[in-house]
Amino acid sequence: MKRASSLSLALLTAAVLGAGGLGGCASVPPGSDKAAAATPADPWENWNRKVFVFNDKVDEAVIKPVAQAYRNVVPQLVRTGIDNVLGNIYDVWSTLNQFLQGKLQYGLEMGMRVLTNTFFGLGGLLDPASEMHLVRRSEDFGQTLGTWGVASGPYVVLPLLGPSTLRDTAALPADRWLAPGNLPDETSVRYGVTALEVINARADLLSTTKLVDQIALDRYSFIRDAYLARRLDQVYDGAPPMKFDDIPADDGPPAAAEPSAAASAPTPSGAASTPAR
Amino acid sequence: MLKQLLTGALLLVSFTGAALADTAPDAFVRQISNDVIGAAKTDKSVQAGDLHGIVNLVDTKVMPHVDFAAMTRSAVGPQWRGASAEQRSKLQAEFKILLVRVYAGALTQIKDQTVEITKTLPVPGGSQVVVQSEVRGKGDPIKLDYRLEKAGADWKIIDVNVGGIWLVTSYRSQFAQFISSGGIDGLITKLAEQNKAAGKG
Repeated sequence: MKRASSLSLALLTAAVLGAGGLGGCASVPPGSDKAAAATPADPWENWNRKVFVFNDKVDEAVIKPVAQAYRNVVPQLVRTGIDNVLGNIYDVWSTLNQFLQGKLQYGLEMGMRVLTNTFFGLGGLLDPASEMHLVRRSEDFGQTLGTWGVASGPYVVLPLLGPSTLRDTAALPADRWLAPGNLPDETSVRYGVTALEVINARADLLSTTKLVDQIALDRYSFIRDAYLARRLDQVYDGAPPMKFDDIPADDGPPAAAEPSAAASAPTPSGAASTPAR
Repeated sequence: MLKQLLTGALLLVSFTGAALADTAPDAFVRQISNDVIGAAKTDKSVQAGDLHGIVNLVDTKVMPHVDFAAMTRSAVGPQWRGASAEQRSKLQAEFKILLVRVYAGALTQIKDQTVEITKTLPVPGGSQVVVQSEVRGKGDPIKLDYRLEKAGADWKIIDVNVGGIWLVTSYRSQFAQFISSGGIDGLITKLAEQNKAAGKG
């Protein structure tokens, strides 16, 4: 992903949600309420799923078609330039957050990156810093709070913005403070730049969302688990505590074949009553 | 994150079958990474997005280095104990199709990235290690970790972490969800439906 700000994560997800929009979310499995109770990180699952469906519809109706048009009409060179300029502004905020987290070396590298791209990259239009191996290390304020010990809190799906947690939601205003869409003086320009941020982020994800559609059994759970895992990983800078609950190979012989199907559903096709898309 | 999932998952793809007996875990991963990037860049069927060619590549080059049974057990979780032999083999077959699709999608995303192995970490209380690497290209580097289990003189991959998300583990709660509503057979049915629908797209 381009950067890790809550906004783009959110957009990304909004995007993801949209990819399948053909009522895809309607395929919530019948037992999902039970599953909800079994997912401590997501106590508000019922509500979240509704917002998820709403986001999906907005994406399908507006955001995705606009992003597709953007990709088809605007030349690659221009899109890359826009992406670089936005990225350079995001990098400023990442730099500050590196310092807030006490990571001096990454902070300095990111600072060098911004200076290089701003002065030698025509104000951020080009990305010479990457050629010089000044690697982009995105950080946002939600991660900074996490580093300071603030727990993530329950999972929340925000209208339009998508997956988040209570902590990351609280961090959003800070993240938007230095965002490209918040910098211009004129309100109308601010809206324009924000829209460009959204379209740019979504256009990057077009092929991704299509794949998610093909590989997720339940997109809501898939995206939630992926979001939470990724945020935890980011807060720990790629080394979260390792805890794998593997099932050993010699865990016992297979169960006898007969009773399994009868146990939980009337017939194996009981689950198939959930219409496939 | 999902973009990274694509790019990274693909790296799992072309573990070539080169003999890697008694290799250090990081050397094992380095070999794999280089081969995968190479294959993704040069293989015509991969570039063209031809699913048949990609599946073939995965079958011949990746699967020998993957402990697929362990992956399936891990994704199914404790419910595995209640599954019959027939259900177990069906689960494995369907899950394999699904994961191959993940690789295939990822393979088409590789362009001009390089891979840097960063660290090898022991997993507490076991014979496993996690080898960490970063895929560097444009934008943020993509984290790509491999969880390996010692298998004789060799290593077997039992999970891959792309951008902070363990691929196999990330299916666990979805699997649990379908098992709780339709039993093991319900999950098998769902997997089969999903694979069939995706195959058409």
